[in-house]
Amino acid sequence: MQYQATAGVHTYQFKDLKEVLAKATPARSGDYLAGVAAETYAERMAARLCLADIPLKHILDTPIIPYESDEVTRLIVDSHDAQAFAAISHLTVGDFRDWLLLDSTDTATLTRVAPGVTPEMAAAVSKLMRNQDLILVAKKCQITTAFRNTIGLAGRLSVRLQPNHPTDDARGIAASMLDGLLYGSGDAVIGINPATDSIPALMDLYHLVDDVISQYAIPTQSCVLTHVTNQIQVMEKGAPVDLVFQSIAGSEKANQSFGINLGILKEAYEAALSLKRGTVGHNVMYFETGQGSALSANANFGVDQQTIETRAYAVARHFKPLLSNTVVGFIGPEYLYDGKQIIRAGLEDHFCGKLLGLPLGCDVCYTNHAEADQDDMDTLMTLLATAGITFIMGIPGADDIMLNYQTTSFHDALYLRKVLGLKPAPEFEQWLMQMNIMDAQGRVQPVTGQHAMLQNMPRHLLVAA
Amino acid sequence: MSDALSPDPWQQLRRHTRARIALGRVGSSLPTKEVLDFGLAHAMARDAVHLPLDVAKLAAQIEAQGLPTVQVHSRAADRHSYLLRPDQGRRLSADSADSLQTLPASMAAPVDLLVVVGDGLSSMAVERHVPPLLEQLVQRLPEHWTLGPVVIASQARVAIADEIAVTLKARMVVMLIGERPGLSSPDSLGIYLTYAPTLACSDADRNCISNVRPEGLDYAAAAHKLLWLAREAVRLKVSGVALKDESDMKEVTGSLQIK
Repeated sequence: MQYQATAGVHTYQFKDLKEVLAKATPARSGDYLAGVAAETYAERMAARLCLADIPLKHILDTPIIPYESDEVTRLIVDSHDAQAFAAISHLTVGDFRDWLLLDSTDTATLTRVAPGVTPEMAAAVSKLMRNQDLILVAKKCQITTAFRNTIGLAGRLSVRLQPNHPTDDARGIAASMLDGLLYGSGDAVIGINPATDSIPALMDLYHLVDDVISQYAIPTQSCVLTHVTNQIQVMEKGAPVDLVFQSIAGSEKANQSFGINLGILKEAYEAALSLKRGTVGHNVMYFETGQGSALSANANFGVDQQTIETRAYAVARHFKPLLSNTVVGFIGPEYLYDGKQIIRAGLEDHFCGKLLGLPLGCDVCYTNHAEADQDDMDTLMTLLATAGITFIMGIPGADDIMLNYQTTSFHDALYLRKVLGLKPAPEFEQWLMQMNIMDAQGRVQPVTGQHAMLQNMPRHLLVAA
Repeated sequence: MSDALSPDPWQQLRRHTRARIALGRVGSSLPTKEVLDFGLAHAMARDAVHLPLDVAKLAAQIEAQGLPTVQVHSRAADRHSYLLRPDQGRRLSADSADSLQTLPASMAAPVDLLVVVGDGLSSMAVERHVPPLLEQLVQRLPEHWTLGPVVIASQARVAIADEIAVTLKARMVVMLIGERPGLSSPDSLGIYLTYAPTLACSDADRNCISNVRPEGLDYAAAAHKLLWLAREAVRLKVSGVALKDESDMKEVTGSLQIK
């Protein structure tokens, strides 16, 4: 196939599909760093014009990383559902955008088609979509998962409570957990990023969260975000593991840099399933991804960072996760420079994930060397919640004192629920009402010193200093 | 405190963590005081990233401790390029590479441990912590070890120390560099040790000690830990993942994750 298009007086030639995809991508620093971005505004538009005319069937038949050398490509090709694809197999990328926006393309249709959409198709169409298109189509997708509560129902917004502490101090973690629960956060998961890699210390963290969940009978799940091989070890030692976590990326080589492959993920998935700890469902995996991770591992193969990010979602959906989120502004300004780039990337990742059938959440975040601030986060979280984001992060005051970045807070989640009329997962909502933390209208209730959770604190907080 | 504010009756838990817990609320939003506190912390962290390192002042302080200094610059011409092009921050500018080649013989002799100071992402961390840390380091240095000049590198990433060490024929190189500033830690210094550095070294070949500052790992403890690792590196002829930190400090390491 010839890849070319005319913009103004100039006809632009592109040597292959991945070059068209890269040059059609809205400008971002990571693609310049990789040397794959369009050189002019006109070249970017020419790439989009070219992309709009490429048939989805051609994208399916043209792997951008070779089948023989990459297990993520093999997973994408081998798991493709031709029957689901039939409904859209006649479309070009441009037609696909139009089709997605039709009123007749409803939730049920999108659910049926999802297994026929490949990451490259999702990434391709997203490059032709404006932010409002990304919001509108994502909003029509509904992906429901369950473990001890039900995540992703219409009109709901869940929150991962992230009670990190720089030295994994049990009292510090318990104090942040209590703070988050009293602000109505924690229905997606209570998930700790540990500072340590030591197995005995990790075992203590699992018991810490499990004790709090049991003590207050909270319909939620826990996770300790250490390397998947550590999680396999603690499961063997009998730790109370609800969800298994791993960072994943969109090429075999990038996953190798994380010390994983599909085989290791499968082993962990089966081990977690065998524990049968879910009560209302059995989605036992939790994944994080982020634009820039493949390039930072020198494993991007000339593919733009948004397309290769979307390939990570094929890895995620294979393991039927309860949760998967992009960590959109975390890696730094060399990948997403400023608020504008972070906001666009967040909306793209959410749209692509939802189109592929993933329960996608977002760590709406930035670092202090990026040109961004909390106002940009307000904008992105509001847009994502409008688009039906499955979950966001909840950190005390939006300041993660262990990972040194800023994300969203318990207060932010309350703002979104209030402005957009969103509620927590239904089982968790019931619990919040029983505990007098939230009323039936979703308003947080005044908490006095006599509140049951303060009168009867987690034992980890009562241990003498 | 305004009447509108609902304080949280679990403020006593703040003694357990520096996390921003028990902030209270107005409606369900943050009280004004907390919005301003956060804004101030962010301003400090932003300034830490963008304030240029006062190289002349730092050089004078280090020389006052009896250590000669050399100043170099990376290929990143300014802070904007530095932030967008990590590759440029990892290599010496052509001028700096030349000037290191032509150092007087007294400074160019092969050394056991070369110290490089890089501005990194927080000049504040470097200005505050490098002089007192060097003092602790020199006091504890094994007697027969040679140190060489302290090289101060501007617009520097960690790996620029490899090129400097190769040029100056150092057996080991220590990079003292300003870390990515956090909201509650705008001045955190990182230490990276590399044994037998070459241009082909990666992060897996280095040992890292992070959060060096009085509120985190103090100077004496950081110097002790660094020299423990350096002695082990000499004994095992290796640094990085193959050199496990078993000094007396609790080990705090990042794992292979996006976040």
